[in-house]
Amino acid sequence: MSDRVAVADASPPTAAPRSAFDTLAAAVPMLRVAEREARVWRRFWRSSALTLVLMPLMFLGAMGLGLGGLVDENTGPVEGVDYLAFVAPGILAASAMQGAAGQSLWPVMGGMKWLRTFHGAAATPLRPGDVFGGWVLWIGAREAMNATIFVAVAAALGAVPSPWGVLAVPAASLTGLAFAAPMSAYSAVQDSDLGFPVIMRVAILPLFLFSGTFFPVDQLPDWLQPVAWISPLWHGVELCRGATTGTLGLAAAGHVAYLAAFIAVGCWFGVRNFASRLAP
Amino acid sequence: MSTAVALLGPQRAMRVVERNARAYLRMWAPLVTGFFEPVFYLFSIGIGVGALVGDLPGPDGRPISYELFVAPAMLATSAMNGAVIDTTFGFFFKFKYAKTFDGMLASPLGVPDVVRGEVAWALLRGLLYSGVFLLTMAAIGLVQSGWAVLALPAAGLIGFAFAGAGMGCASFMRSYVDFSYIQLAIVPLFLFSATFFPLSQYPAALGWAVRLSPLYQGVALERALILGDPSPVLLVHAIYLAVMGWFGLRVAGRRLGALLQP
Repeated sequence: MSDRVAVADASPPTAAPRSAFDTLAAAVPMLRVAEREARVWRRFWRSSALTLVLMPLMFLGAMGLGLGGLVDENTGPVEGVDYLAFVAPGILAASAMQGAAGQSLWPVMGGMKWLRTFHGAAATPLRPGDVFGGWVLWIGAREAMNATIFVAVAAALGAVPSPWGVLAVPAASLTGLAFAAPMSAYSAVQDSDLGFPVIMRVAILPLFLFSGTFFPVDQLPDWLQPVAWISPLWHGVELCRGATTGTLGLAAAGHVAYLAAFIAVGCWFGVRNFASRLAP
Repeated sequence: MSTAVALLGPQRAMRVVERNARAYLRMWAPLVTGFFEPVFYLFSIGIGVGALVGDLPGPDGRPISYELFVAPAMLATSAMNGAVIDTTFGFFFKFKYAKTFDGMLASPLGVPDVVRGEVAWALLRGLLYSGVFLLTMAAIGLVQSGWAVLALPAAGLIGFAFAGAGMGCASFMRSYVDFSYIQLAIVPLFLFSATFFPLSQYPAALGWAVRLSPLYQGVALERALILGDPSPVLLVHAIYLAVMGWFGLRVAGRRLGALLQP
């Protein structure tokens, strides 16, 4: 409402002072797409906050506190920390993956096919690549917001032993992006959503459960361990765990590079697929 | 005459079951993959984290392995999941978007037939998942008692309870946004119904809240049957589940009667 009043008052419209965001968005047009999503989100944030923020915290309570009590009694520290501190970064990275995956399937199909909001965006001076980039950027921003809340609560529960834990927020966001970019690229060119629940159940769920999230990867059978190393989630979990436990080393650069490669390849396909689908 | 009507009623509801079975034959992947979830959890938490947890005290005081503790809970969960997916998400989609029920009601089927048929289908789906899961458990040696033959009927009862309750809730949904609340009910039930850790791990007051949770009834029932520890208390769990399903069905029947009939 206030926006409309502001527009009506400004005469001529070009005289309206440009905000810093306007200047930035003029240089990086994809920010307009992210802005659109942020404006929509502002209306619906309550229900999404309920699911995306409370779910990981419930997992932290159940696994970290409930099950963690049993683990601490029986085995003691896992990889040098109590089970709550071990599992918290795992749940953080895994939730970033799940959130990003969910946002990259049905909503992308919505933008392309059901509601056609991406077509609307492409009808403006925005290019298809901007639509893709802004969409993925927004997912990364949202995962960063969710991660901030999670890390704060986890720290309050004593699950973040190191001040380096603040770096777990960008690490979680990066993990989300490593799934958002390739998966949005994939969804953009699908004709039906029938395969989406299958992806969530046979790809995302096993990654969630077997990527070093709840127990160390070296407990997996020998033949499965290399599979876990391929999983981008494992790299995300290692990165987040390195941050919250203050054990980030040289390996972290490798994890970042691996996730960045997923993002880069995803973006290449994303720009291509969005362009083919949004072609006039 | 009245017996003929009584016989016809369920038969008509079976038409709804048949319709769903035929529809799912064409999109079998979402149906089949629903079964994986509890299996993945059994392997990850039960066996993976189980190696860190070690043994827990069993019903007769003898220690039991952690996967033996978790597996019956996953059986109860699979019955719940199968029933809830179809009566909430699936039901709402058919009701609001696909208009499947309008089509059904344009035939000789009435609202009670539709409700009974949908619940029967959801129950069958739950039974399918829990049946395969039970076989998986037996195959990896997690079924140790003869009482386990009752585990499948018990899973049917869990499915009935959640199918009824799910449909009752779905009849109040306004849009997909409301489904966040369904998830918000299912996930804590899944995590905090003595599924992954025993009641002794909860603070005392919370332990009593857990004892009232609907999934806890199912978990306690399945765990006692699989571990071979039957007791009269199991009847209380069973009655709880039966009443829950019956009540949900009644609510759904009334609401849908008002919503669907012209």
